[in-house]
Parts: sequence; C-alpha cells; structure tokens
Amino acid sequence: MRQRDPKRDPEALLAQLRQAQARESQGKLKIFFGAAAGVGKTYAMLVEAHERKRAGADVVAGVVETHGRAETAALLEGLETVPLHEVEYRGTVLREFGLDAALARRPGLLLLDELAHTNAPGSRHAKRWQDVEELLIAGIDVYTTLNVQHVESLWDAVAEITGVHVRETVPDSIIDRADEIEIVDLPVDDLLQRLREGKVYIAPQIESAIQNFFRKDNLIALRELALRRTAERVDAQMEPYRRMHERHRATAGGRLLVCIGKPATAPKLVRAARRMAASLRVPWTALYVERPGRSQGSPKDEEYISDVLSFAEELGADTAILSGLRISDEILAYARERNASRIVVGKPSRPRWKEMLFGSLANSLIRESQDIDVYVIRGDVGEERESPKAGPEPSPQGRAYGRAIATVAVCSAVAWLMRPYFELSNLIMVYLLGVIVVAVGSGRGPAIVASVLSVAAFDFFFVPPFLTFAVSDTQYLVTFAVMLAAALVLSTMASRLREQTRGARDRERRAAALYKLSRDLADRQDVDELLGRAVETVEDIFASRAVILVPDANARVGVRAGDASLLGPGGHDHGVAQWVFDRGEWAGLGTHTLPGAQALFIPLKGSHGAAGVLGIRPANVRTLLRPDQFALLETCASQTALALERAELAAQAERSRVQIEAERLRNTLLSSVSHDLRTPLAAITGATSSLLEEGGALAPETRRELVESIGEEAARLNRLVGNLLDMSRLESGALKVQKEWHSLEEVIGAALERLGSRLDGRSVDVRLPDGLGLVPLDDVLIQQVVYNLVENALKYTPAGSPIEVRADSAPGEVWVEVADRGPGLPPGEEQRVFEKFYRLREANRPGGIGLGLTIARGIVEAHGGTMTAGNRPEGGAWFRFSLPVPGEPPRLEPEPGEAGADATGGAGVADHRG
Amino acid sequence: MSPTIAAERGEPHPALVLVVEDEAQILRFLRAALTSHGFRYVEATSGEEGLRQAATRAPDVIVLDLGLPDLDGLEVTRRLREWSTVPIVVLSARGQERDKITALDAGADDYVTKPFAVGELMARLRVALRRAFRQGEDPGGEALEVGNLRIDRTRRLVFRDGEEVRLTPIEYKLLVTLAQYPGRVLTHGQLLREVWGPGHVQQTHYLRVYMAQLRHKLERDPARPRYFVTEPGVGYRLREE
Repeated sequence: MRQRDPKRDPEALLAQLRQAQARESQGKLKIFFGAAAGVGKTYAMLVEAHERKRAGADVVAGVVETHGRAETAALLEGLETVPLHEVEYRGTVLREFGLDAALARRPGLLLLDELAHTNAPGSRHAKRWQDVEELLIAGIDVYTTLNVQHVESLWDAVAEITGVHVRETVPDSIIDRADEIEIVDLPVDDLLQRLREGKVYIAPQIESAIQNFFRKDNLIALRELALRRTAERVDAQMEPYRRMHERHRATAGGRLLVCIGKPATAPKLVRAARRMAASLRVPWTALYVERPGRSQGSPKDEEYISDVLSFAEELGADTAILSGLRISDEILAYARERNASRIVVGKPSRPRWKEMLFGSLANSLIRESQDIDVYVIRGDVGEERESPKAGPEPSPQGRAYGRAIATVAVCSAVAWLMRPYFELSNLIMVYLLGVIVVAVGSGRGPAIVASVLSVAAFDFFFVPPFLTFAVSDTQYLVTFAVMLAAALVLSTMASRLREQTRGARDRERRAAALYKLSRDLADRQDVDELLGRAVETVEDIFASRAVILVPDANARVGVRAGDASLLGPGGHDHGVAQWVFDRGEWAGLGTHTLPGAQALFIPLKGSHGAAGVLGIRPANVRTLLRPDQFALLETCASQTALALERAELAAQAERSRVQIEAERLRNTLLSSVSHDLRTPLAAITGATSSLLEEGGALAPETRRELVESIGEEAARLNRLVGNLLDMSRLESGALKVQKEWHSLEEVIGAALERLGSRLDGRSVDVRLPDGLGLVPLDDVLIQQVVYNLVENALKYTPAGSPIEVRADSAPGEVWVEVADRGPGLPPGEEQRVFEKFYRLREANRPGGIGLGLTIARGIVEAHGGTMTAGNRPEGGAWFRFSLPVPGEPPRLEPEPGEAGADATGGAGVADHRG
Repeated sequence: MSPTIAAERGEPHPALVLVVEDEAQILRFLRAALTSHGFRYVEATSGEEGLRQAATRAPDVIVLDLGLPDLDGLEVTRRLREWSTVPIVVLSARGQERDKITALDAGADDYVTKPFAVGELMARLRVALRRAFRQGEDPGGEALEVGNLRIDRTRRLVFRDGEEVRLTPIEYKLLVTLAQYPGRVLTHGQLLREVWGPGHVQQTHYLRVYMAQLRHKLERDPARPRYFVTEPGVGYRLREE
C-alpha cells in the first residue's frame, strides 16, 4: 500500500490550516540565536524591544541577565519588570521568573532571557522553555535568547567539537515552533577580542572549563552549527509552502524509523535519526521492541527506554513500542505497515562470538529488509550522560544465578550417589534436567551458566581422572560438546517458553484490568458510584492510591471520589490538579511540570475536553511511568472520562425529560385550572350581578337560592385552591412529614369533622378494631388523605349511598380503607385514578380538578406507605392506603395509683377523693 | 344568645370588638357582620395601630389577623400580653398550624381559619368573651356541665346522661382541664403542662392515649366525637352544644 501523496493530501492541508488557526490565538515567539555567549543576543533583544515599545507595544521584562554590563543595563531602563518569584529551597531563597505574576499582568510582549535555563526546584515547571510555552498559550508574545550548544539535537555535535557536555538543553520542538529566529552573529575574531576585553560574562566556577571552549576553532565550528541550524529551520518552514505550490516535486520518500536497542547508544541514535530526518524532510518514528516477559527483569532499562522515547518525542518523533519475540520481524512489519523507507539501527557492540551465536539485529535487518534502506550508525563514545549505572545491590538476577549454581551442585550430589549403579550417560541426563529446571525457573542467562557449569562439574567429578578438569580419553570431548550443545538448546527453548507464558500472562492481566474497568463503568449512571468504582479499579491495577476531581459550574475542580489526602497537606496540590484540568496535560509527581506534587495528575479527557482530573500516587512512580503502564494508565483515564461523560449526558437527558414532562403538566394544569377556576367564578359573578341589579324584583326564595349558590361556589373555589397549594407543596418538596405517634381513630374523626355538613344524608360507617395502637404519622397530612378519599367518594357516588371507613393492622404496617357503593372504577384504570388531573370521563362531571387522589397518594408515599384502589365484588370502589409501623409505640408510664389488676384504665376516681 | 355581656354583668353595655386586619374586603364584611350581631366595632389596619387602639379604646375582645403588613400578628399578641389580658381571636390560613400553636402559646385565646363563616367567628368571640367575664372567679366549687356530661368537682365524679362513669385520675384531670375552657382550643403543650406537668410537654403520645380513653368512656361514637374535637396539628377543644 502507498501513502497518499502528501502534497495533495487534503488532511494535511486541513491540519496545516488548523495549526495556523491555533497559532493565531497564541503569542508569537522570537528567539535571538547565537553561536556562543557574548555575541550580543541580550543586547539585540533589548534594542528590538525598545523599538517595539516605541511602536506602541506593551513591553515588559521578565528576566533579563545584564551580567553587570553597563550598556545592556542602560537598555533595561524604562522597561517595566515583572517581580521575581521567590522559591524556598533547602533553607535558601532562590529568585525565579514570576510566571504567575507575568500571566496576571498579561503584557503584549515579554522579554525572557536564557531559554535553556533550569528553574529552581519547587517552581511550576522544571525548565524555562516550559514557562515560555505557557506564556505563548496565554497569548503573550515572548522574546528570548538561546545559544547553539543548548539545542537538544546538536548536543552531541557540540560535545564532540568542544569536549564540553552541556547540561541544560532545549528541545528542538520549541525552536521549530518559534515564529521568528534572529541569528545574532559576530565574527569569531571580534568575539575573541570582546572576550579578552572582559566583555563576555563567564561564571567564575566554570572559568577553567571555558578556556577550552572559547578556542578559535571551536567558535568557528559552533558558528557554523548555529547558521546551519537556522538554515535548516528556514528550509523546514519553506516545506509546507513548497508542498502547496510545487505540485510536481518528487518526494524524498517515506518515513524514517529508528530502532532503540541498547540503552547506552539510544540517545545518540535518536539525535542522529533526527538530523537525518530533518535533512531528508521526512517524518520519523522512534521504535522500541520489547521481548515479552523480559520487561520484569530490568526495570532500570525500561525506565531508561521510556526516557529515551520521550526524548525522541521532544525532538519531534512519533514513538511506538512493539512486542514480539523476533525483533527484526517486528521492525520490518511495522516499517511496511507505516510505509517507512529507511531504518536506522545502532552498530552492534557485542563481541564477535556472541554475534555468531545469537545473530545480530543489524544483520538480520539488512538481510530481510528488501526495498527498505538500513542505516547502521556507530553507537559509542562520550555517552556517559544519564546512562543508567548498574546498581551494586544484588538484584533478583543475582539471586537467579546463585540458584543456577546451587542447582548444579545438587545435580552433582545426586549424580555422585547414582554413580555406582548407573552409566555415565545417565548421569548426564541428571545435569540436563537441572538445566531445564533453571531455564524454566530463572530464565536464559542463569540457564547458560548452569549449562557450562554442568559440563565442568561432569568433567571434574565423573570423567577420569577424577577431581581434575583434565581428560584422559579424548572421546569425552565429544561428550562434552554434545552435552553443552544440548544444554544450551534446551535452556534457550525452555526460557523462551517461559518468556512467552509470562508475556501472555502480562498481556492478559492488562486486558483483564481494562475489561474490568470498562465493565464496571459501563452501566453506572450515578456519578459518585461510577467515580468510586474508577478509583477502586485504578488503585487495584496500579497498586496505588487515587483520587478523582471533577469541575463545578465555574470549572474549578474539587475532589469527588477517592483519597483527598493525595492533594497534599491542606489541599496544597489542588492548584496542580486545576492546572492539569485547565491545560489538559499531565503534571505532578514524575513529570517535568510541578514535579514536587504529592501525586501524578492526569486529565480525564473525554470527547469534549477534560471531564476531570485523576490523581494517582503509586508506591513507586517510576514503575508507573514505564511505557506499558503509562499507556494502560492513559487508557484507564480515558475510559473513566468517557463513562463520566456518558453519565452526565444521561443525567442531562433525564433532566430534559423531566423538564418536558413538567412542561406538559403545566400546560394540562393551566387549561384545567383555568376552566375549573372560571366555572365557580362565573357562577358567583352571575349570582351577585343578579342580586345587585334586580334585587328588589326577585322573589325571596330565588334570592336565597342565588346566595346559596354563591356560598357553594366559593367553598368549591376554596377547595380547589387548597388542592393546588397542597400539590405544589408536594411537588416542590416543601411538604415536610412530621411523624408523631397518633391514634388513627382520632385522625379519621378529624377528617370527618372537617367534612361537616357535606356528610349530611350519608351514612359513614367507621370500623376500627379495639386493639389498634398508635401509628407514627403526620396528623395534619393523613387527616387530609382521609378527607380527600371520603370527599372523592362523596363526589362520585349517588347522594345517600353509604360510605365505609375501615382500618386494621398487619405485621409492620396499618392500613386504612375507604369504600363506597358507587359505580366503581372503570376496569383497568384502577391505578390511573391517582394520576394528576385524572377524572372519570362521564357526562355529569362533578366539580374538582382531579388532584385529590394524587395528593393523597403523594402524602402516603411521603410517609413511606403505599396507596391502591380497586372495585368491590359487590359493587363500588375501594381506596386503601397502608403506613409502615416500625417498632413499638413509646411506653406509657403506668398511672400512679392505677392497679395492675385493672389495666383497662377503670380505676375509680372515688378512691382519690379529698 | 346575645353578644352583649349585659346579661352576665348586669349592665346594658354591648361588647366592643377591635378588628386588626389589613384586607379591606375582609374588614368590610366583618364590619357588617359584627354590627348586625350587636357588637360595637373599631378597626385597625396595621399592628402598630392595633396596639394603640387596644390601649386607648380598651376593647372587650380583639380579632387579630396573623399576616399584617408591619408587625407580625404573633408579635402583636406578645406585646399585648405584656400588659393586657383582653381575649384575642386570631385569623389564620390553613396550613399554618405552627403559627396557630405559636399564637396560642403566646397568649391568644382561639383561632379561626380563613376562609370562615360568620357563625363560626361569632361562636369563638362568645367563648372568648365568656372567659374574660369569668376571669378571677374560681369555678372550683361548681359542677361543670357540657351537653349530657356533668362533672361534680367537689366529689370528683363524672356523669354521662346521669350515670356515673369511672375515670382514672389523669383522665379526670384532662377532662376537667378541657371543661374549664369549654369551646376553646387548648394546644397539646398547654394540656400536657396542665395535666402532666411542665416536664412532659414533648410527650404528645400520652395525650393521644388518654384522649382516646376519654372518648371511649364518654362519647357515643368515639370515631365521630361530639365533645372531644381534634384540631389536627394544634390541639383539642371541648365542644359545647
């Protein structure tokens, strides 16, 4: 498959356009670039700053190093300065650039000398160039200065030229990102002249080292480097335009892959690859192939690999980690897949015999690469920087070798015991068994040691002359060779098997963890529960403590789940979490940004930006930042973010559904209420106007009828308003149930009392069992329930028909039933009667708004009870509600003087006379 | 029955009612109703004015709306009670049970729930006026009679339809407390304090149990009581026929 032609690739054009747009809103970066200190970068920066200021720009100086030079200091006059930020570090106060002050001040242009500067520990960013990035994102233009020896990709070139290993470097990405680079150039002789005149600042402690640095040949080489780097950048800048305008230019070819192997040579390989990719103008990828299972053995190497990969990213590479048993196969497969045309590998550094024995990556790549070019690059010298030194402590590896030796010893002992009874060939089998045991248990290295030792021990103990390494019969040499070969082959096979199992187990563990997480989060709608599970799972997978922060309405994050102590004492690191949320980048423990934090903070990136922040404090940070763990953590974070987003969307959908429902109800209510309110009002208005206008002419009984109808309609209006108020109180949650122990008899009595004369002409039969005790309820509200139920019966049954009220207790509850002898409920609508505004669709609709039963049910449910309705077999409807009765009513103190013999309370008062 | 207290006091002097209410429509119908029932009438449309009128006009009874524009009706009650024992009948709306209890505990005599019929208000006013008239007298020696109930306080005996009913000491005390203020609402707190003592004001379930016992002994149909009327959320009232 061929990649699409980049010059006509619409996606590339789109990306370019987007990039341009993003840049538009960001600040502009200008770098004053020089070959060495003393060429006048700061001076040039200040001169230009003054020009900009005269042109009306808002120029503020962040940090400008004058190094005591009068003409530079003079230029600083008249420029506003950002106050320095004081950082306390081990008892001394260090002054650093005040990033927050600068962000708050928001100047149009900020001057910030020495881009390669390393910030004091405790600052937000480890490096000044990171401060610059933040300033640019905030939309502030920045002028800065940089020497060529601080450019990351040129680090080794500079080291080779000058012999000086510079510690502070700046990634090439920020140089490529600069909108403008001005090379501040000074002929070498002039610079040396300035140096002699003492016009170049040199820190006293490096004076001797610098003597070598400022040699003429060095300076010439550095100057050339600076000019070349600038030219290369100009070239790179031209590239997109060329792509757009030169339609027929031949492409330089596909991607370049650099394979990182041995830690010692990795950085050099990466730099070389970057230079090559830059000059070829092709994208490049840094690749690491891990052998499954190997990862456990050497955490230091892994850590180093992850450092190298992120270093490659800083230099502008894509990175990838592959997993496979045969490295060359994996690399070539990846290369074909990504359409790479060049592969860079390090020169083999192993002894020749090892290469013969195990083969070399370079060789197999060259043999099998077919149409792909393979570049083999020298990997040696001067790479002591940051290269991991083997720890002196006996590693698990060391113990494995010890076990290998012990195993051989045991085999020798066993063989010694067997010797009188068995032939020599059988004793060899004992040793081979030992080798297999070591290979399966401890891996390849110890197995090889065990193989060699076995042969040696066999020779020493069992081959005459005994207890010497001498061999009397040359035939045994063949035995040794075969035995060694068999042992080595066995050990390789067995250890490879072991690695495969381990790799498979590892992959399975990761897959299982992710599966568990996604399954756990899949159908949780409750955000708190969901985040709780996410925290638990993350803690489980990474053997760490975790916390999740989510933003409030003002986009300020707050702890929602997990261990708040991860934010440090007094929530000290809350700002870090906020920063991570705002920027969508990793920060805190183990990163370059705010590394002093108690935990590592990761944005939970969903489809609409950050949905929150995950804080995690592992027992060992480095293990967390291993490439595989790193990817796993990122996946966990995005899983959580997506689940969070989904839960929020569901909540939103629910809210809008409720809103729609409320809207629909409001409409029903409005039409219903307006009708029900107007009817009695119309009757009252009509009656009063008749009385006023024709009062004298009306017969006395007619007048009385009109007045009565006014009274009735007013009472109806009152009930209506009462119901509406109850309903709104119930729905707004303003209704508070104040339960006390009450007698149901009393509550029912009060409801009937309130109905008063409306019960005239009806027989209301109330039947309660004698032993019915007190029930916890709100008397005002339950009285209203009984009132509504009886009123409902009055409305829907013919005048004069009887109404029955019953109550009884059941285990854990009591129930009350109101039954009538009316037409009953329409079949199938027994539950619908409790719906809001439900009314029987009958011609002679009685007054009412259809809220009475809804209110009754609402009150009962607020008590934790239930309400049901149905038809009686003998005709008529019943409505029944039950209320829970948890526990026993409070005990009464026995009345003084009331004898236990007369527990029903019949002690005569006569006994207490006088 | 006459709204004047002439019959009881022996002077032909119609009672003076002070109505403190800010709603013009309510004032209008109260004015008509009270004057037609033979009361003398004076009105105030704010709490402050009501307090002034109460001091200068010395009304026999006050009808006080709880929702006044300037002062809370409860506050007016408290201030009145600092210097006056004039009966107060409070007007309040349904659902304000807490306010009713507070007003009664602050010294109001009774309440009427809006909207109310004139007859109901007149009955409350009469009960309140009677209490004012009785004040200072000790009814201890008398026999109290309510409907078909008769309480012989000297012998501590209770009769229903002429038949003796045996009551426990607490039932008796509860009955007598209610019967001392016939027609008037007594809050749970007032009854508990009176019968069980100040330490039992929270134990409303005592009251519920004994009230049920009283009803079962003295009412014909305890579920639809004739005398012992429940005022949900507020208290009890011994109804006169």
